[in-house]
Amino acid sequence: MLTDKELEEINEEKKLYPYPGAACIDALKIVQHHRGWISDEAVEDIAAELKLATDEVDGVATFYTRIYRKPVGRNIILVCEGISCMIMGYESLYGYISKKLKIGFGETTGDGRFTLLPVSCLGDCDHAPVLMVNDDHYRNLTIEQIDSILDSYI
Amino acid sequence: MEKPLTEHIIPDKLPPGLKEYRKAGGFSGVEKALKGMTPDDIINLVKTSGLTGRGGAGFPTGLKWSFVPKNAGDGYTYLIANADEMEPGTYKDRYLLEGNPHQLIAGMIIASYAIRAPKAYIFIRWAYKKAETLIRKAIAEAYEAGYLGNNILGTGYNLDLYLHSSAGRYICGEETALINSLEGRRGIPRTKPPFPAVSGLFGRPTVVNNVETLCWIPHIVNKGAEWFMKLSLTGEGGTKLYGVSGRVRRPGLWELPMGTPLREIILDHAGGMQEGYSFRGIIPGGASTDFMTEDHLDTPMDFASVRKTGSRLGTGTMIILDDKTCPVAFIRNLIRFFADESCGWCTPCREGLPWVEKILASFESGEAKHSDMAILEFHTWYMGPGNTFCAHAPGAVEPLQSGLKYFREDFMKHINEKHCPWKQKA
Repeated sequence: MLTDKELEEINEEKKLYPYPGAACIDALKIVQHHRGWISDEAVEDIAAELKLATDEVDGVATFYTRIYRKPVGRNIILVCEGISCMIMGYESLYGYISKKLKIGFGETTGDGRFTLLPVSCLGDCDHAPVLMVNDDHYRNLTIEQIDSILDSYI
Repeated sequence: MEKPLTEHIIPDKLPPGLKEYRKAGGFSGVEKALKGMTPDDIINLVKTSGLTGRGGAGFPTGLKWSFVPKNAGDGYTYLIANADEMEPGTYKDRYLLEGNPHQLIAGMIIASYAIRAPKAYIFIRWAYKKAETLIRKAIAEAYEAGYLGNNILGTGYNLDLYLHSSAGRYICGEETALINSLEGRRGIPRTKPPFPAVSGLFGRPTVVNNVETLCWIPHIVNKGAEWFMKLSLTGEGGTKLYGVSGRVRRPGLWELPMGTPLREIILDHAGGMQEGYSFRGIIPGGASTDFMTEDHLDTPMDFASVRKTGSRLGTGTMIILDDKTCPVAFIRNLIRFFADESCGWCTPCREGLPWVEKILASFESGEAKHSDMAILEFHTWYMGPGNTFCAHAPGAVEPLQSGLKYFREDFMKHINEKHCPWKQKA
């Protein structure tokens, strides 16, 4: 069941388009914003709300990288793997984070605190290497900064 | 030197609000266009100015607008600002979006009026959260001031402007994939023809323009086509946002006259190479462009001149290959990006890119064979123009094909020495 708050936000987005199905991506983002990820049940509920087939919504949900069809941790770390970040040494940042949290890309820490994901480019290339935690961007990174950045997310 | 696009942008400061920007003359182009010009006047002016698409393809903007039918029957015509900047190495639209959202809005009002569109969308990349917040605020201000909504400035013209934030995927920057995505579907490119100008968003005539392109419109309306042409050092008008990232002293972004030579951008603006690193080449316009090398340093960086070197200006945000970075690893990183971001619709792209990536990985692990060179060569043709559904794979193989040409010896070293020569150095 979609919550009243979710429905209210989805209805706001519907106004932007001539038919409800066009708000599919917005609806997925709204539900994910409240729940962290998109479950099978959420796919069915969104489909019903937008008058779409369940498979159609799932096709959309699985196409986009920023829609999560599996549970994720409370905080999401996106490590930029773009070309400028490669040149500037993202691999050692990844190595450090991965060792510290004992997880690789696509995994979540046992306490559910962090999920570690790669991201193809964050559009911050003149400040490489960069990463994002949730909605926050971190630029010109060195390994020494990682501990204090991660400490601020609980 | 005039810098019209970035004049009111102060890095790391909040952008000008509507009142402030209006006071600086930021909306005078809108007033002039809506009150004193017909839609056709504007299209003709933009055509005369020679403005070309700044998203990478360099297609003449006025011509694109002129393809929209003047009498399109019942229903809306749409304008979309493509703010889905996701080309690796590219961060120029972000600068304009965060630095001065009202400039984009002013450009969109005039462009929408020119193509007779009552609805417009900004399709923004999910990662640009700060820009998203600033644009939402700017749109609200524009409604409040009567620049958006019904009967704009008392002219009888109506325009609604919406913001849509994406959910990822590079391919959504391709205009027909963007349209599918805005309709709530998987972001897969559509067959052309019909071109979006005839049948685009919701099956209606649609123009998709890059952010930097749209930001030019109010300035061209204000100051004219001749002024625009004179900003440039070459035959292509305007200024250009150029960027450099990689091992240079001052990575960054600069608004410079169109046609500024490559050497000047790298040495004077980016400060030259960092201590201990030397220049081997650049890809000039994001990931999907061919390498340029030392021989091309005197190239004026406009669309036509870069094309003569065998590359493309693309987005004008360059990535430098230095001598401490393995060219094969550099190209592999790009190919992996394109393989990950392939929409999977057509076979050469879906299957070919991961195949190429595997082969490049084998170079790095020292397992590549001489015959692999021929396979790589084959793929630069097989995924080239005309063999795939859209420009994704042809773009992906551009750095590969030129890399095989310019850095052939480095590829051969990997095969002959059975390891990556850069791995020891590190």
